[in-house]
Amino acid sequence: MKEQLAKIRTEALSAFESVRDSAALDELRVKYLGKKGELTAVLKQMGKLSAEERPAMGQLANEVRAALESALDAASHKLEEAAMELKLKAETVDVTIPGKSVQVGRRHPMNTALEEIKDIFIGMGFTVLDGPEIELAELNFDRLNAEEGHPSRDWSDTFYFDEDSRVMLRSQTSPMQVRAMDSMELPIRIIAPGRVYRKDEVDATHSPMFHQVEGMVIDKNITMADLKGTLNTLAEQLFGQGTVTRFRPHHFPFTEPSCEMDVQCHKCGGAGCPTCKGEGWIELLGAGMIHPRVLEMAGIDPDEWSGWAFGMGLERTALRRFKIDDLRLIFENDIRFLEQF
Amino acid sequence: MNLSRKWLNEFVKIDTPDREFAEAMTLSGSKVEGTSIEGGEISNVVVGQVRSLVRHPNSDHMWICQVDVGQAEPLQIVTGAQNVKENDLVPVALHKSTLPGGKKIEKGKLRGEVSNGMLCSFAELGLDQRDFPTAYADGIWILSDDPELTGLTLGQDIREAVGLDDHVVEFEITPNRPDCLSVIGLAREAAATFDKPLALHTPEVKGGADGVLTDLLDVETPAADLVPRYTARMVRNVKIAPSPKWMRERLRAMGVRPINNIVDITNYVMLEYGQPMHAFDYRYVNGGKIIVRRAEEGEALTTLDGKEHRLTANHLVIADEGRAVGLAGIMGGLNSEIVDDTTDVVFESACFDGTCIRKGALALGMRTEASAKFEKGLDPMNTLPAVNRACELVELLGAGEVVDGCIDILNFVLHPVELPVEPDKINALLGTDVSREEMLSILKKLDFLVEENPDVVTVPSWRGDVRRMADLAEEVARFHGYNNIPNTLMRGQTTQGGYSVVQKLENRLGELCRACGYSEIITYSFISPSYYDKILWPEDDFRRNSFKILNPLGEDTSIMRTTTLPSMLEILTRNCNYRNKSAWLYELGRIYQPGGEEGLANETKILTLGAYGNGMDFFTMKGTIEAILRDTRAKDIRFEPCAEDHSYHPGRCAEVWSGDNCIGVFGQVHPQAAQNYGVDVELYCAELSFDVLLVTHGADPEYAPLPKFPAVTRDIAVVCDEAVTVGALEAAIRKGAKGLLKDAALFDIYRGKGVAEGKKSVAFNLTLRADDRSLTGEEADADVKSILETLEKDCGAVLR
Repeated sequence: MKEQLAKIRTEALSAFESVRDSAALDELRVKYLGKKGELTAVLKQMGKLSAEERPAMGQLANEVRAALESALDAASHKLEEAAMELKLKAETVDVTIPGKSVQVGRRHPMNTALEEIKDIFIGMGFTVLDGPEIELAELNFDRLNAEEGHPSRDWSDTFYFDEDSRVMLRSQTSPMQVRAMDSMELPIRIIAPGRVYRKDEVDATHSPMFHQVEGMVIDKNITMADLKGTLNTLAEQLFGQGTVTRFRPHHFPFTEPSCEMDVQCHKCGGAGCPTCKGEGWIELLGAGMIHPRVLEMAGIDPDEWSGWAFGMGLERTALRRFKIDDLRLIFENDIRFLEQF
Repeated sequence: MNLSRKWLNEFVKIDTPDREFAEAMTLSGSKVEGTSIEGGEISNVVVGQVRSLVRHPNSDHMWICQVDVGQAEPLQIVTGAQNVKENDLVPVALHKSTLPGGKKIEKGKLRGEVSNGMLCSFAELGLDQRDFPTAYADGIWILSDDPELTGLTLGQDIREAVGLDDHVVEFEITPNRPDCLSVIGLAREAAATFDKPLALHTPEVKGGADGVLTDLLDVETPAADLVPRYTARMVRNVKIAPSPKWMRERLRAMGVRPINNIVDITNYVMLEYGQPMHAFDYRYVNGGKIIVRRAEEGEALTTLDGKEHRLTANHLVIADEGRAVGLAGIMGGLNSEIVDDTTDVVFESACFDGTCIRKGALALGMRTEASAKFEKGLDPMNTLPAVNRACELVELLGAGEVVDGCIDILNFVLHPVELPVEPDKINALLGTDVSREEMLSILKKLDFLVEENPDVVTVPSWRGDVRRMADLAEEVARFHGYNNIPNTLMRGQTTQGGYSVVQKLENRLGELCRACGYSEIITYSFISPSYYDKILWPEDDFRRNSFKILNPLGEDTSIMRTTTLPSMLEILTRNCNYRNKSAWLYELGRIYQPGGEEGLANETKILTLGAYGNGMDFFTMKGTIEAILRDTRAKDIRFEPCAEDHSYHPGRCAEVWSGDNCIGVFGQVHPQAAQNYGVDVELYCAELSFDVLLVTHGADPEYAPLPKFPAVTRDIAVVCDEAVTVGALEAAIRKGAKGLLKDAALFDIYRGKGVAEGKKSVAFNLTLRADDRSLTGEEADADVKSILETLEKDCGAVLR
């Protein structure tokens, strides 16, 4: 019996070792470990053994069974691994085949530029205002100190809806300054982006409709140095750290002192090139300290409060930001253009 | 405003190169648009002398010249001109020279004879007869024939030789600074910028002509309110002739064409002083009386440019006793023009009301150099020096004899403006620490009067723009340097920034559209009224009532849209025409409906979707809308067929409702409308009201526990009439369910074999679940049975 067990062990281990597929392995399992298998057959002879022999032989038989089961598991595992390997190999794909198209829409580049500007100012405690585009000349001009006779009030420059030049398409976002002063508590920190309209024929740099963003701060002890500091921050955030700016005097009826802010030309670094028309600088925005008369007209005491305001063209900023060379592309909305952003 | 640097140097000596000059002037507030050099396109053209000339052996009209250009050997040059003689001084374009217009000259052979360059006419140098009135026009410019061209040397650069070498700086002058529309005004700014002395000149007139001015001329100003000041002088025995070369040069550099000495003097003074001048022929001033009055209604006047005008009482005219002889501040009359035999001239130097001149010029559509100046409001103190300068120039040019005295009518009272100098307030506004001394020094340079009391300055009469502390602060800042003001960040009360609820929804809708594959567009807010026809709106559709621009750029941009559909269709069809295979687009744009407060518009935003291609169809568009409504948690959504919107396909259009709120409409654009835009592809659009989306926008979501018990699903297919809608079937299913139904999802619609003609089979996947227990099959079946009964009862749909 001992020899029988040893023989089964040797034969079975060798058979498990060389098995090729799981069906054959299953047959071997039945043959050696099944209810009618060889090991069971040997164990059935246990009864014939003496009481002294039985424990030792029983232990031996269990050892053989354990060895066979363990070998069976190992063989089975090996077969599974081989099968998995085969399956994976069969499932291999050509990873260079293009992915299935998922269409994601794009934001218009001009609104991307606007979004950046909004984020910068919201971070500085500004709120965003929205207002009418069909506006009273009173708010677009009179309340901004551009009295009767100011050239921008001409019918050659501004669109009107009535013969009395009372209702117009706003020519700037600046009437939002007045609307804010009339409706908000002091101190005020706002920006107001939106559409504006001027009587310019369409060309590579002009459009009768374009976008501006207005900004205004009114508080105690606001200075022109604050204006410069804030707008320099804007330029750095928009165009990168170390962006060089300059401020030069200008004239707007509703600010005094007034200025325009230039950014050093990104193409030539200030040496002068076609992009900056040889000047080395590109105009970014107009700004200034709010004219005391404008504050007075809104019932704000200029001796107690001061403020600054700015207005910038969004198209120009977007064009600069994305190196777009023709304003008409902005309003043409060719999908091949839009999908680039 | 152009500025001749030679002219500028008569008042302040500045030899800084153009680029630095432009930069410094720009930073002190006089924005330079550009600089140019006269004759800048000319190179390698010199003065030469014709030593000899012989006939060309192979030509009956050409000449072979030997020309001395100051080199060791004369150059042989062939010319076809017939006016050249031995010893003539002529402009010679040498080998490798350039002329205006990019013309290049190189040596070559003309009919076998070497020519080392070209002899030039004045036209070839970019000049015209006005610049050199005595020069021969139809041939070579014979420099030696012009007595004004003196000191020429052989080989001398032609630009220097003929005075075509001025540097010109172009300024953008802001409307608050009419004083800078003059050489003197800019000289004052330049002197202050470069800290150089300004040498102004007081005109001196000898006078002495026959006659007493007051006997010869009388001036009345019945329209005194429009004529703050009227100053006039007279010149007799005038000899009309070209003005001298130096004056012509100055005018040319400033962009003004020379005419004759008297007219040139008026232009010269206008440029130098910024004071428009007018000269008219005394013999046509009937009665020797000038009346400055409002025009009579319908009064006729022909101006110098030959145009006849019908005037109104809003126009101001210069008249004699019988008729108008000029349009005050705009243009003189043809009937009193200076002509070659003019002998007695009246110089008018006046100050007119800016608004009156502006409106008058605008009404006649003739904005002139003079009116552009007057409309900004000129300094009435400038009229007298200007008229004296004109008379001084008359004497200098020998153009006539000036009558003593001056007629000077003042209809205004000068109130010099005194302002306190408040360094603390100025520094507080600027955020600077500029000393009182520096402030006063800056103001003095600008001719503000600082007397013993250093707390007060008097504003010069030409600075009507300086009226209060902030204006003084700007003067201080300009010359202290804007870029020397520190950069600080704002102190003060903290404010909270951020987006409002409205803005957050706007942002979210944009995100959703992009996530659904639509790209953002930006379209014009104004359209043509004919676009309403294109989208098939009936003639009497109330929505055609639009804000109409009275002075539009053109018909296409003449009314404010009351619908965004035409804008979207224009962009879709443009993309079609560019052969783009597909375009899915959105815009959150405004419409402008009449009826707002104070005569303004009701401006509301519309979320417009528009698409074609890449599988776009009715249900893809509907899926997008459903996604948007699901994301914004709008409740009680339903879609109702809409055959009444003329812009859409009557069988493929639906209204979108949330409860009692109609959010908008969508569907396939009516094929006829698409055709009106020139395309025959299926276009799909949606117009959703932002205001309604804001209302239907649901509250923030609250967590609902996930189901603890499994669901039972049952598929049912029912056969019903073709006319029964899926919506009606769904409604019946929901109605028949006894509270266990969680979802009924359509999965198939079948027509054909096995289903009778005119019928369809519609299949749903039903999901049933109880929240507190596992359902038994019997419970589920009971619900399904009830659903099927309701389907049959309400829709005539029977289980297949």
